[in-house]
Amino acid sequence: MAENDFDIRYAANLARIALSPEEEAKFGIQLGDILGYVKKLEELDVDGIEPMAHAVPLANVLRVDEVRPSLPRETALANAPKQANGLFIVPKIVE
Amino acid sequence: MLHELTLSALTANLAAGKVSAREAMQACLDRIDAVDDRVNAFISLDRDDALGQADAADAALAKGDTHADKPLLGVPISLKDLFCAKGQPVNCSSRILGDFRSPYDGTVVRKLRDAGAVLFGRVNMDEFAMGSSTENSAFGHSHNPWDLERVPGGSSGGSAAAVAAQECFASIGTDTGGSLRQPAALCGCVGLKPTYGRVSRYGVVAFASSLDQVGPMARDVRDSAVLLGAIAGQDPLDSTSVPVEVSDYTAVLGGDLKGVKLGLPTEYLTDGIDPEVRAAFDAAVKQCEVLGAEIHEVNMPHTEYGVATYYIVATAEASANLARFDGIRYGERVEGDDPFSLYCKTRGRGFGEEVKRRIILGTYVLSSGYYDAYYLRAQKVRTLIKRDFEQAFETVDVLITPTMPIPAFKAGEKTDDPLQMYLSDIFTISCNLAGTCGISLPCGFTSEPKLPIGLQLLGKPFGESKLLQIAHAYEQATPWHNERAAL
Repeated sequence: MAENDFDIRYAANLARIALSPEEEAKFGIQLGDILGYVKKLEELDVDGIEPMAHAVPLANVLRVDEVRPSLPRETALANAPKQANGLFIVPKIVE
Repeated sequence: MLHELTLSALTANLAAGKVSAREAMQACLDRIDAVDDRVNAFISLDRDDALGQADAADAALAKGDTHADKPLLGVPISLKDLFCAKGQPVNCSSRILGDFRSPYDGTVVRKLRDAGAVLFGRVNMDEFAMGSSTENSAFGHSHNPWDLERVPGGSSGGSAAAVAAQECFASIGTDTGGSLRQPAALCGCVGLKPTYGRVSRYGVVAFASSLDQVGPMARDVRDSAVLLGAIAGQDPLDSTSVPVEVSDYTAVLGGDLKGVKLGLPTEYLTDGIDPEVRAAFDAAVKQCEVLGAEIHEVNMPHTEYGVATYYIVATAEASANLARFDGIRYGERVEGDDPFSLYCKTRGRGFGEEVKRRIILGTYVLSSGYYDAYYLRAQKVRTLIKRDFEQAFETVDVLITPTMPIPAFKAGEKTDDPLQMYLSDIFTISCNLAGTCGISLPCGFTSEPKLPIGLQLLGKPFGESKLLQIAHAYEQATPWHNERAAL
């Protein structure tokens, strides 16, 4: 019942998660089984059925666009793994 | 003993001046010292802060504050490890958050403080609320107080274990696919999942945003009603919270079930239910009839598609929500030569196995070429599942089902087979997909070993009062809620 074309490396790369070779092998089989199981949904005819994103009868909830208090910069940066000069420090992105 | 009291009994004693909030808090701390090395419900505890809050509650009581205005004044309540409380750690039972401390109070935390609660301790959970056994935690497993070799359920397993072990008077958790009701059933507590939109999620770490809901874990139905009243309500900081008035949920308690129509979904009562669970459930249905309820069989034809639908929708949403854990702004970071390798290494090391599996699955079902086949189809089946509920609620007030097909299983029994773990959630999952409310309460015990069995009631959207009224009538007519785990 496994999903044969499931490519664990491709999916893990899209998810930005580095896996060990052991994890790749184990998750590949487990997720193949799970994808095989969810194929069960193909038994149903869903033509003409509206997809449902959530259960509440609300759409486009808006508020007045006004300035309100927010976290001070030091507080927002307090949990950063690396920071300097009031900024988050990240690896170089462009040469 | 003080730590054995229900929340409502404790507030009566506090109001009468028979006990102080400090004594109640100290009783919890003493109990934790006595049993938590075996239960492992608590991840961390700030004792000084807890006793300081208790002293403040005593001062408020002394100057005349009452439980009419502050219904939780002086009551020690623990929090699942995903609520932001200012200055306190939040880890979601994961490594990836490192030494994160919340810069602010979330809305539920603020409301509990406004109601006078003494908020203490972070209780264990499945990492990022993904799991059904509290075995997916970077802080070790929690154990079921009724049998320490067995799991407490999950993902709010620490909440259920702490309440059942009498280490706190109540706990606040979340329910995405059964994460309050299922552990409540396995530990003999009352777990309430409010309607989607009933309780604000501002300051709650998100798993699956169209399914997550905050709710109480308590000793009995009255306590659940008090707690729901304290945390419910629309919040401008959560645009998915719904502008429906919060009623007095305790006002409806009392009385029998005359005229109440209970629906028995035939699709829930198939093979695979443990015989003792089935017998306890059948007896509970009879008891409701004795109390005056009418029982009607109803059909929920898409029940068998609930688990498959859930594991597509929930993982898809999780893959987006958990993208924020990237090692840039907070939490653990594993350095890399470029941002891409930093992300991959940080997430590879920081997340546990189940979380990695679900993020990867969710990413895959949303990816180009697979979106229509998996995610869009699941969203359509979700519509069919919701219609099942709408049709059933045309003829009945509330649905009655077992919470779990089996009692608490042994630690390690299902960890190698995620799919089997997922399938154990079959009775609780549809409620979240439909966005309605549900409660689990004790309805008996297995014989050997003695393990709690849960009864589930599922109500109409914003039908919490009806749900609590029926649950309370059943509870008061049966002895189960008075049983306490021997530890």
